[in-house]
Amino acid sequence: MDAALLEQMLLGALLALSVFLPLRCGQLSLATPGFYAVGGYVAALLSTDVPAFAGSGATSPLAALLAEMVLGGSLAGLIALAIGGPVLRLRGIYLAIATIALVEILRVLNLNLPFTGGAMGIFGIPQPFEHAGGYVLFTLGLLAVACWLCQRLEAVRLGRAMAAIRDDELAAASVGIDTPRTKLIAFVASAVLAGVTGALAAHFFNSWNARAGSFDASITTLAFVVFGGSRFWPGPVLGGLVLTALPELLRPVGDLRLILFGAVILLGPLFFPQGLVTAERLRGLAALLGRVRQAPQAP
Amino acid sequence: MDLLQILVNGLSVGAVYGLFALGYTLVFSVLGVINFAHGAVFTLGAYFTYLLIGGAVGANGLLAGFQLPVALPFWGALPLAGLGAALVALLVERVAFRPLRRRRADPLLALITSLGAGVILVNLIQLLVGAESYAIPTGALGALPASFPLLGARVRTVQALLLGIAVLLLALLTLWLEGSRNGKGLQAVAEDAETAQLLGIDSTVMVRLAFGLSGFLAGVAGGLVGLSVSIAGPYFGIGYGLKGLAVLVLGGLGSVPGAVLGGLIVGLAEAFVPADWSGYKDAVSYGFLFLVLLLRPRGLLGRPLPTKV
Repeated sequence: MDAALLEQMLLGALLALSVFLPLRCGQLSLATPGFYAVGGYVAALLSTDVPAFAGSGATSPLAALLAEMVLGGSLAGLIALAIGGPVLRLRGIYLAIATIALVEILRVLNLNLPFTGGAMGIFGIPQPFEHAGGYVLFTLGLLAVACWLCQRLEAVRLGRAMAAIRDDELAAASVGIDTPRTKLIAFVASAVLAGVTGALAAHFFNSWNARAGSFDASITTLAFVVFGGSRFWPGPVLGGLVLTALPELLRPVGDLRLILFGAVILLGPLFFPQGLVTAERLRGLAALLGRVRQAPQAP
Repeated sequence: MDLLQILVNGLSVGAVYGLFALGYTLVFSVLGVINFAHGAVFTLGAYFTYLLIGGAVGANGLLAGFQLPVALPFWGALPLAGLGAALVALLVERVAFRPLRRRRADPLLALITSLGAGVILVNLIQLLVGAESYAIPTGALGALPASFPLLGARVRTVQALLLGIAVLLLALLTLWLEGSRNGKGLQAVAEDAETAQLLGIDSTVMVRLAFGLSGFLAGVAGGLVGLSVSIAGPYFGIGYGLKGLAVLVLGGLGSVPGAVLGGLIVGLAEAFVPADWSGYKDAVSYGFLFLVLLLRPRGLLGRPLPTKV
């Protein structure tokens, strides 16, 4: 497996976590690709137009990348904050469709605004790393931080409030949980993560255009979560890694590859309605790891 | 371009969106989920029509050069293509929806499985007939002229047909829903599947009916769009599918007249976008949708959603 594919898989896992965050709070938002595109445009514009970010020709300083990730994530988060209040009043399929509409509106803006490069987009984005391996290490670090935060969420009040809303929003509100605020936090966190990921991805792909945030991407990222399991964070990570790799790994079958990809998306939920990662399997895995760790001590 | 011309253009495009949304709404009303394979069924309807009028497959794809031994007039081909599309929709129901229903799984999963079915269908089309665009010759309409004058504007016959057929299908559908036993059964299942089942209505049959009808509507719409603007490749249904989604919510999920009204509103709104701003045309429906969702979340003609603890 080459480093470029590995990097795409890691980016897929990050996006899956971005879809997972609102879903952990019971909110089906498909807005992730829209925020991902926004983050990518921030990085692409800064690093090709602003000398301080551009570095020397083909390479750009790592500090610039970090600053772009902060700015891209912030802009995405601000957009989410601005629209989140009214949008999150919607429930279920209405919320899903409203977020699809948001992604489409952002896509049309990206295609037509005077500074986003039209259909061609922006290219020649400078590289902070010389090899794909550098991206992989950096993204691995980012993914580790994101996973750690998701794990922490299981233990803190905010995370429990989110879980309570997922299980029953009215009941959660009745025990004093500020449901609009909690949902908004999850939505904004999702947008920030998608924006940060987009800023990184724009450098990695070297060019960026409106296709980054499309309806297809909305559904693909949702498939990551459903396929991997929407209950615990390892689910989306696994789903993102596997489903991003799948079309590439299926390349040898040629024209049949997207048909097979469709078959996997179709059959996955039928055979694993809870996704690949479930509470039971996690416990089983933990027990297995425990046994392995204890093995040397056994007589 | 004068006002009447814009109106005709807008209404005929809106009729397609309306037909599209009708298909979504039929399935949504009985299952409470969106069928993301609907766009692919629409696309198939267009290809079926093309083949049935005797069109030949291009040089790419496994079926290169294939031609049906028959060449039907457009009038015969369109309903047959609709039937073909209905069969495909039934197949989609069988593989992507029924197994989930049987297991009482999370309805969210149907979004994914139906999308999987759509991905398979679209890529199957590409594999079989290639990615090139196909045009249904306007000569397919037989003796009808390509366009006719109306109050000083020039109306393309196919535009008038689109509008006429959409209105006709809406009227037939409403009559059937309100007046026939099965139509009422469908409404009962939409209202409350469990109670309907207790009253002796076979909800499985009703679900199949809803899928069959939605497939037929999509297939007919696909054939008409194929005639009006050509078949732009296996993916051409997706854009319409997304607009249909906006229209669906605009009119109110599950509302039949709402779907058609929503379609006409979006079609008209798009037609009135000035040429200088045509790049933004695709955002009009979504902007509308956004506004409606925020101001009136149940849609223009929808009913309020019940809240339960």
